[in-house]
Amino acid sequence: MVDRNRRLGLWLFAAYLALYGGFVLLNTFRPAAMEATPVAGVNLAVLYGFVLILAAFALACLYGWLCVPPDKGSPGEDR
Amino acid sequence: MNTGASAAAVSMFALFVAITLGLSFYLGRRVRSAQGYFAAHGEVSWFVNGVAFAGDYLSAASFLGICGMIAFYGYDGFLYSIGYLAGWIVALFVVAEPVKRLGRYTLADALNSSFQSRGLKVAVGISTLVVSIFYLIPQMVGAGALVQPLLGLPHWAGVVLVGVTVVLIVVSAGMVSTTYVQFLKGALLVLFSAALALMLLARGLRTAEGGIDGHVFRRIGPVAPAALVDEISRQPGLAGAALVPRDEVWSAAGLERIRAADGTISVWRVRGLRDAEGGELVELRETQTVTRTADGIQSISGQTPAEGGRLRPVGHVEQLPDGRTQTGPLGLMSFLSTLQESVVVLWRKVDVREPDGTVTTVYYPVPTPGNQVLRPGEHPSFQGIRGDKLSDKLNFLSLMLALFCGTASLPHILIRYYTVRDEVSARRSTIVGIGSIGFFYILTLYLGLGAMTSGALDLTDTNMAAPLMARSMSEWLFAAISAIAFTTVLGTVSGLILASAGAVTHDLLPDLFGASLTDHEKIRVAKLASIVVGAIAIGLGMLFKNLNVTYLVGWAFSIAASANLPALVMLLFWQGTTRQGVIASVLVGMTSSLVWVLFSEDAYVHVFGLPKEAAPVPFSQPGIVTIPLSFATLVVVSWATRRGSPAPA
Repeated sequence: MVDRNRRLGLWLFAAYLALYGGFVLLNTFRPAAMEATPVAGVNLAVLYGFVLILAAFALACLYGWLCVPPDKGSPGEDR
Repeated sequence: MNTGASAAAVSMFALFVAITLGLSFYLGRRVRSAQGYFAAHGEVSWFVNGVAFAGDYLSAASFLGICGMIAFYGYDGFLYSIGYLAGWIVALFVVAEPVKRLGRYTLADALNSSFQSRGLKVAVGISTLVVSIFYLIPQMVGAGALVQPLLGLPHWAGVVLVGVTVVLIVVSAGMVSTTYVQFLKGALLVLFSAALALMLLARGLRTAEGGIDGHVFRRIGPVAPAALVDEISRQPGLAGAALVPRDEVWSAAGLERIRAADGTISVWRVRGLRDAEGGELVELRETQTVTRTADGIQSISGQTPAEGGRLRPVGHVEQLPDGRTQTGPLGLMSFLSTLQESVVVLWRKVDVREPDGTVTTVYYPVPTPGNQVLRPGEHPSFQGIRGDKLSDKLNFLSLMLALFCGTASLPHILIRYYTVRDEVSARRSTIVGIGSIGFFYILTLYLGLGAMTSGALDLTDTNMAAPLMARSMSEWLFAAISAIAFTTVLGTVSGLILASAGAVTHDLLPDLFGASLTDHEKIRVAKLASIVVGAIAIGLGMLFKNLNVTYLVGWAFSIAASANLPALVMLLFWQGTTRQGVIASVLVGMTSSLVWVLFSEDAYVHVFGLPKEAAPVPFSQPGIVTIPLSFATLVVVSWATRRGSPAPA
């Protein structure tokens, strides 16, 4: 059970790392790209920042929901 | 500089501190054992603990530093918000549950669980102390900066006040009271910030020509350069005025001086523009100046302090889209998109050194388009990402890496995992923590940008941006926010002191000196250690008072990440880790990052006052070099010691 939770954690971690890495690399090597305003007149720098913060919370909730509780069955086993 | 003590602020502040102290004494009476003192009996509910995470984490640097950085430079401060929050992902997905499963009181417990090695506990104990003390310095400096305008006390008094109050909190009850204080303060901070952000959006943006004191910053022009002198004498109060003949030191800084008919001299910033046909135009903008000689401040914007010379509050929108003068209430997105198309006046400063030793600090307005305000790379320490120099880009990568890895290695965050019952509670409280901290960090962008356009900024103190913006709305709100900010410092400092005391009591004393302590003695030693660490923190807080708070926090994250994270991660994921490997990695990570920081350009300039060219390391943030170095050390040493002797575990 512990192993399964740990694997899940690592997958979600990898997903977030990719998202964060993309943000940092874009800022470092293509700062001009962050000035584009794709949605509602708000620029990519701000939007990507909001996405990173919201994604952290969303992934955290997903993890909490999918993790196997130690005393019960596993709601995420059918995945 | 343009604030003073107010009765509302002082009484609100006193009330907060009284409640905090009262709560600790009340809760402290119930503590019976060492488990209770260091880990609140392991029975704090996950929700309370989660909000207390926010209380621990949202330190002075988060609240005051980030808002201030955004208010003065725009988007860049938000990069810190993003990095700080991302670090929680490492904490939740990689570190939280094993740390809870393996340890009892301290990080060293967890790392040592399969080795039972004295050397390892001592090494980790020392690194905990070093990181905690490094992280304590900016908190103390921030406390001093906060108390100065709020209560009208000198900086050192603020530092002492925080130090003494915190030691009282920690000594009275340990982790129980610290946790509830953090819960209270974390919740209040998030709620009040949300209220402030809502008021800000309801107020919307409006154009102005100066700060909240009603002073209009004058502009001359734009006119063709040849017509400038005529244009100057047409200004009210400047009839018969003339330009002071050009002089190398002033021209180099882009400044002109005007001598009025009565002989007074004012300093103006020159701005070159183009008209529709491409012809040259020139515009002068009024600046604010502080002139110093060896004897101290001589004059502020032409008046001596005794005559009432002081810096005026600043921060206004010069131009809104479509020529409007005010927007009315704005939404979360429309606030940003409106600002994106506006022109905001930011202020920069330059020191003019005259041959006779007089130094004039000139604060000059820079009208900045909103799309520049909202893009990364305006702050001096981030400008490198717009350049071509690889070392500047590495510096940025290094900082973002340290922020990402640092959170999960901070001792005062890690010990909070021992206050809950089990791994499930550890996980849940982290999720609550991420929710409240993330929400708060989104607010920082609005609070910072709101402060930028509030007309209430103090040019000499970036850290006070958020509280001063609150003051521009109501005195009462200012008092509440300042008091919360102050308890924020109290909370973080008490968490850090407790982490240090725990390290001394559990890791250093028994293993270094072979003293075996009873439960009762442990608590007494810990209280003594708290007092000593508190005294050290007070001393350092006074010593480093001129230091920029954000630099120090970035460094504390780098040191924590280099010293602790590799050991934690490898222990969890690599069977081949040996005790010697862990010890080597902790010591190498800690020393290398510490040395790197002390020999960096920023330390040379801001701490030692040496020229930056003298600094031997190529960029300031060590993380990108020292974190991998620490990993490599662990692998190499583990490999070597495994081959030399049978696996110790």
